[in-house]
Amino acid sequence: MGPTAPREDELLDGPVAGLTPAQSARHLAGDIAFNDEIFTPETGLGPVFVANSCGSCHPGDGKGHPFTTLIRFGHTDSLGQNEFDHGFQIQNRAIPGYEPEQLPEGTPFAKFTPPSNSGLGYLELVSDEDILGMAAANAKNPDGVRGHPNWNLLPGYVTPRPNSRRQGDRYITRFGKKGSVYNLFHQTVVAYNQDMGITSTFDPSDVYTLKSIDPEVSDRKVRDVVFYLQTLKAPIQRNPDDPAVLRGQQLFVQTGCESCHKQTLKTGYSPVAALANTEFHPYTDLLLHNMGPGLDDGYTEGSAGGAEWRTPPLWGLGLAQNSQGGQVYLMHDGRARSIREAIRMHGGEAASIQKRFEEMPAASQADVIAFLKSL
Amino acid sequence: MRNKLLPVCLLVATSIFGQVPVDTTSNAKMDALFGRDTTLHTPKDEKMNLDAVYNRPFLRPGKLPISKGGYVEANTQYANTDGVSEGLSFQMRRMTIFMAATINRRIKFLTEIEFEDGTKEINIEFASVDFQFNSLLNLRTGILMNPIGSFNQNHDGPKWEFVDRPLSSTRIIPSTFSNVGFGLYGKKYTRNWVFAYECYLTNGFDNSIIANTQNRTFLPAAKVNPNRFEESFNGVPLVTLKAAVKRRKFGEIGLSWMGGVYNKFRDDGLVLDQRRRVDVWAVDFNTVLPGSRTYLNGEFVWARVDVPSTYSQQFGRRQQGGWLDVVQPVLRGRMLGWNTATLNVAARLERVDYNVGTFNETNENIYDEIWSVVPAISFRPSPTTVIRANYRYQWDTDILGNPPARTAIFQVGFSTYF
Ligand code: HEC
Ligand code: HEC
Repeated sequence: MGPTAPREDELLDGPVAGLTPAQSARHLAGDIAFNDEIFTPETGLGPVFVANSCGSCHPGDGKGHPFTTLIRFGHTDSLGQNEFDHGFQIQNRAIPGYEPEQLPEGTPFAKFTPPSNSGLGYLELVSDEDILGMAAANAKNPDGVRGHPNWNLLPGYVTPRPNSRRQGDRYITRFGKKGSVYNLFHQTVVAYNQDMGITSTFDPSDVYTLKSIDPEVSDRKVRDVVFYLQTLKAPIQRNPDDPAVLRGQQLFVQTGCESCHKQTLKTGYSPVAALANTEFHPYTDLLLHNMGPGLDDGYTEGSAGGAEWRTPPLWGLGLAQNSQGGQVYLMHDGRARSIREAIRMHGGEAASIQKRFEEMPAASQADVIAFLKSL
Repeated sequence: MRNKLLPVCLLVATSIFGQVPVDTTSNAKMDALFGRDTTLHTPKDEKMNLDAVYNRPFLRPGKLPISKGGYVEANTQYANTDGVSEGLSFQMRRMTIFMAATINRRIKFLTEIEFEDGTKEINIEFASVDFQFNSLLNLRTGILMNPIGSFNQNHDGPKWEFVDRPLSSTRIIPSTFSNVGFGLYGKKYTRNWVFAYECYLTNGFDNSIIANTQNRTFLPAAKVNPNRFEESFNGVPLVTLKAAVKRRKFGEIGLSWMGGVYNKFRDDGLVLDQRRRVDVWAVDFNTVLPGSRTYLNGEFVWARVDVPSTYSQQFGRRQQGGWLDVVQPVLRGRMLGWNTATLNVAARLERVDYNVGTFNETNENIYDEIWSVVPAISFRPSPTTVIRANYRYQWDTDILGNPPARTAIFQVGFSTYF
C-alpha cells in the first residue's frame, strides 16, 4: 500500500552492522548533525562559505554535484605554507550584505567535487605500514605504476595514532582527493571551517576575518559527526554473480587497474566490532599517483604535486547517479561524464594500463564497465 | 512604497464610493450569515472567499451582541516514506475559537485564536475591527489575514475534504498568514455578478525567508518571528491586493498580489544591504459544474524573491505551485439517521516547485519540488462536520533531482465547527 524500501545495496547511507545501542545513538546524533543541521547566519554560517550543511554537498552520503564543487588554489611550498593569506579554499558564496571571495588572477587552482562518504571508517583503520607496503611493492611495477603517500604536517588539534610513521615532523595523511588529511576528525574540523564557515574550539579561525572567534559548533557535535562517518557502512556490491560482472572483475585485475585500485585492504583494531581486524574491498591504495599532464591543475597540497591524485575508492561508483542528480560527474572535479570517459582520462603512471584497456575488444571493455557499475 | 500605494487604495475606494448609492442592506447580509450552516457545495450567491471569516456558523447566546464559534480537527495517520514508517500517530491538528461582536450596526469585531498541535503553537490568526461605510467601502484594522489566494482566508478545517492543508498554500503562501495592519475592502453587486476588492498594508516578511533550516527559500519561516505583531522588520509595509469576481450560480475567480521588502536593509541608521523584494501572485477559482454538481476549487501561486546573486542557489529566486480539488457528491439526503448528510468522493492534485531555475554550474534544472495526489472519501453528517479518509501519495525530489523520496500516507480524521 505504500512505497517499498530501496534495497540495502542501493543505499550508501546507513550504519555498519552490529553497533551497540550506545553506538547507534551516537551514529544517529552524528547523522542528524551531518544531514539535518542547516546553518544560517544566526547559527554561524559564513559570512563567506561554500554550502550550509554537510548533507548539501554529500547527499545521501553519495558523491556530490558541480553545484557544491569547491575550488582550492595556490601552491603549498616545501614548508607547508600557502602563498595566499586568505586560506586555500575559495569562499564563493556569502550571506547577504557580504562579498564572496574571488579567485586571485593567474593562480593555479583545482576544483573538487564532493566524494561519497561511505565506508570511510574502514579506510581510517588501514595501518601506515600497509600503506607504505603498497608503495614499496610498486617499485618494480612493469607498467610504470609507482605512488607514494602524502607526507603532510598536522594541525595542532590532531593527535597522531600511536603507531604512526613520520618523516621529520610530517605524517602519512590519507583523506581528500590529494590525500592531505590525516583522519576523519581532521576532515570534519576542516569541513566545518572551510566549507561552511563554522568555527570550533579546534579551529576557531573565522574564514572572513581570519581572527579567532567563539565556537559555532560544539566539540561533542564534531565528535558525533566523526563517529557517524566512521560507522557508515561500506557500499555493497550489486549483482556480484552476474557473469559479465565476474568477467569484468577479472579483466580489471588483469589489465592492471588493480595496481592502484586495490581490491582488498585490511583494518586494525577498533572498538566498533564490525570495523575491527577485517578485510574490505574499497578499490584504492590510498597512495598518490602522477596522473599525467591532462589531470595536472598545478595546485598542490602537502606533498601531492599538481598531477598527483590519491587513488579514489571505486566502491559505490555505480550509485553515483543516485546522488548526482541522475547524471555522473567523475574524477576529482567531475569533468568525466561517464565511467568510460573517466578511464580515458587516465595518463601518467596509468598511461600504459589505460592503453591496454583501450586496446581491449569492446565487449571486454563493456564487461569492465559492468563490473565498475556493480560496485 | 507606503507613500505611493496608500493614496491609490484610497482613490480607488473613494471613486467607487462616490458613484454608488450607499447600500445599507449589505450589513444585514453579513449579519445574516451568523448562525448559518456553511455548505461547501452550495455556495451562496454572494458569498466569496473574502467573506470567509464571517461566513461560519456562530452561536449567539441570548440577545447578547456577541457570537461565538470555533472548529476542531483531528486525525490519525500512518505514513511510510521509502518503506520506513514511524508507525501510527494521532494528531490533534488544531482547535480554533472565534468570537465576533457587533459593536454597532456597522462596526464589528472578530477574532480567531488557534491552538495548533496541542498547545505547541497558539496564534491570534485574526483580530480585527471592521467599520462599514457602505458595501463598497469597509475599513479593517487589527490582525488580519492577508488576502493572497483563497486558502489563507478560507482555511477552516470543516470546509475541506482533506486532512492536510494544500501544500502550495502552506509552503509558498504561508497560510495561515496574518499580520497587523489595516486596509479597505468592499463589494459591488449587479444582477449576475459580484465584484470584490481588498487592499491592505501590513507588517510582513523578514530575512528568515532565505536563511532558515528548511535550506530553501521558505516564506513561512517568517511566521516564526513573534515580533512581527509588534513592529515591522524593516519599516516597509507589505502590500496585499486582491480583486475577485463572482458570477452568481457559477463560480468565483480571484487575482491577488502581495509584495514588499523582506530584508533588514538598514539598522540604527546604517546601511546593511540593498532593499530586497518578495512578491507573490496568486490565482484562485472555484465553481460547481452544473448537472454533476462537481465542485472544483483551486489555487495557483508564483513567488519571486530577490535573493542576492552572491548567496547560494540553494535558495530559489522563483517558486511556483498550486492545487486543484475535485469534490463529487455521490449521495445526498438522509443517511444513517442524518437528515442532510452527504457522501463525497474527492481528489486533490498538487505541486510545489521551491526553486524554479537552472544551476549556474551545469545549466540543468534545479529541482527541489513536490508532486502529490490525494484521493479521498468524505462523509458529512451535516454540512458543518466532515469525517474524511485520505490516501496521499507524494514524490519529494531534492534540489539536484535525485530519485524522489516517495511517501504514502493514510489518514482518517474529522473536522467540525462547534
Ligand atoms: C561545499 C561542499 C561540502 C561541504 C559543505 C562539506 N563537504 Fe565534505 N567534501 C567536499 C569535497 C569537495 C570533498 C573533497 C575534498 C578533498 O578532496 O580534499 C570533501 C571531502 C570530505 C571527506 C573526505 C572523503 C574522502 O574520501 O577522503 C569527508 C569525510 C567529508 N568531506 C566530510 C564532511 C563533513 C563531516 C562535512 C560537514 C561538517 C562536510 N564534509 C561538508 C565537499 C563538502
Ligand atoms: C596509476 C594508478 C591508477 C591506475 C593504474 C588506474 N587508475 Fe583509475 N584512477 C586513479 C586516480 C588517481 C584517479 C582519480 C583521478 C582524478 O580524480 O582526477 C582514478 C579515477 C578512476 C575512476 C573515476 C572514479 C571517480 O570516482 O571519479 C575510474 C572509474 C577509474 N579510475 C577506473 C580505472 C580503471 C578501469 C582502470 C584500469 C583500466 C584504472 N582506473 C587504472 C588511479 C589509477
